[in-house]
Amino acid sequence: MNALLSHRATKPLLFVLALLPLAQLVYRALTDSLGANPAEALSRGSGDWVLRFLCLTLAVTPARQWTGWNALARLRRMLGLYAFFYGVLHFLCYAWLDMGFVPADIVRDIPKRPFVLAGFAALMLMLPLAATSFNRAIKAMGGLRWRRLHRLVYLIVVLALLHFYWMRAGKHDFAEVGVYAAIVAVLLGWRIYAAWRARASATARRDAAHAKQPVALHVTARARPSPPSAGT
Amino acid sequence: MHLIRDRCFTPSPGESVTPRSVYAQRRDFLSRAAALAALAAPWPASAAVDPAAGPGRLPPLPASRSEVNGALTMEKPTAYQDVTGYNNFYEFGTDKADPARRAGGLKTRPWTVVVEGEVKHRGTWDIDALLKLAAMEERIYRLRCVEGWSMVIPWVGYSLAELVRRVEPTGNARFVQFETLADAKQMPGLRSSVLDWPYVEALRLDEAMHPLTLLAFGLYGEVLPNQNGAPLRLVVPWKYGFKSAKSIQRIRFVAKQPTTSWEAAAPSEYGFYSNVNPKVDHPRWSQATERRIGEDGLFKKKRPTLPFNGYEAQVGQLYAGMDLAKFY
Repeated sequence: MNALLSHRATKPLLFVLALLPLAQLVYRALTDSLGANPAEALSRGSGDWVLRFLCLTLAVTPARQWTGWNALARLRRMLGLYAFFYGVLHFLCYAWLDMGFVPADIVRDIPKRPFVLAGFAALMLMLPLAATSFNRAIKAMGGLRWRRLHRLVYLIVVLALLHFYWMRAGKHDFAEVGVYAAIVAVLLGWRIYAAWRARASATARRDAAHAKQPVALHVTARARPSPPSAGT
Repeated sequence: MHLIRDRCFTPSPGESVTPRSVYAQRRDFLSRAAALAALAAPWPASAAVDPAAGPGRLPPLPASRSEVNGALTMEKPTAYQDVTGYNNFYEFGTDKADPARRAGGLKTRPWTVVVEGEVKHRGTWDIDALLKLAAMEERIYRLRCVEGWSMVIPWVGYSLAELVRRVEPTGNARFVQFETLADAKQMPGLRSSVLDWPYVEALRLDEAMHPLTLLAFGLYGEVLPNQNGAPLRLVVPWKYGFKSAKSIQRIRFVAKQPTTSWEAAAPSEYGFYSNVNPKVDHPRWSQATERRIGEDGLFKKKRPTLPFNGYEAQVGQLYAGMDLAKFY
């Protein structure tokens, strides 16, 4: 599997696959088959794919560790960038189809509606991540700082969920929101569990070390937990 | 080419007559054919129709043009396909395609409507008796959904006032409450707890008596398709669509203002009156504009929403002196 994932064609294939949802929306728009309310169908269609790509991006590291398919990590950046790409499309749908591209109306509308604000905040937080997604940015920032910045994705996915939840709240229709919330809960819960285990094992190591060392060191021994592995 | 074709034009009154006359002609023919068929067979129950098939598959419901002031807008009726294929009827699911897909099993015969509460003549009305209660009128109303989209629908029915007058409300009656059928066997949407079933809507008595308040039995010249609230529903054109209860089974006259289903579900978002009002936003979106289904091209700016959905001249006086931002 790792060999397959490392294949030269894997990334281009994923690139094309990830464009299929857009292709489908464009095709349906051109053939007038988006239903009675095409604007709504485009907004919702693009929004769904932001959440899906966010979930896929966050699933890479747990999946890598569960399956041992470490080459999955190669694909994470592209998945994350596609989440951003569909996020931009989703915003354009709102700005254009709903707000008629009138900047003053958009600026007035965003802070007025919590659910729009949550979505907009998620998109704004995605900007620095997309902007630092290339190798030279990682090098320039240093791995640790880059990783810390990119932990914003946890906040982003929570905001995206909140946006979806509030959107559906008017209909009291939480079935679909629940599915995404469960997926995100598993993906984030796994990270908390992994961090907790890393801390526990660090403590165990430290205690083991203490047993061999003189008591005097004890005061300074609040060792920082080892930072989570690169794939957060 | 939905993206490019400009579908937004304002038909002159002359133009808008044409499509009506086309289907009126066919309706005429169909009603004569049906009259013949009716001699041999009982009137068939209505059904959920495939929206794509267009009108012409349900029993016709002949009507004359309404004389009620404001009852015939000159705007172009929304395509039958959209009217019957894109709507909310939560008893069949929360997706707007669900009603057309899942209302096929709704049994609309036999059907009775219980009239109870503060009236002199309580009792149970058979749907066939209600169909004969008053002359059927065609009314072309704008419908504005609270979600920000709108349609123009040619309904068939008569003023609810016709029924109200016959049952004679007592002096205590201040409000009229409407209850929708809630039968889990026929309505798969009842499995979800989106709302407390049965669906309850209500009007003030003077609103219920207003001539524009329609007890509808049909649309596009035929009996109502199941997905649109067969066999009878309310249509209150100056209020958001959810006020117009569908598949009504119970009408109760009461002294106290009832709590409607949506008020119970989200009191901060839905008020009792729910008059269409561009100045009072829904907490999560603006009500200032709307998208007319099938008319406004994809990239066209949404059209402004009118106070009382454009029926202010007819109904504005019902709310004289009321703070509409408070009584939303």
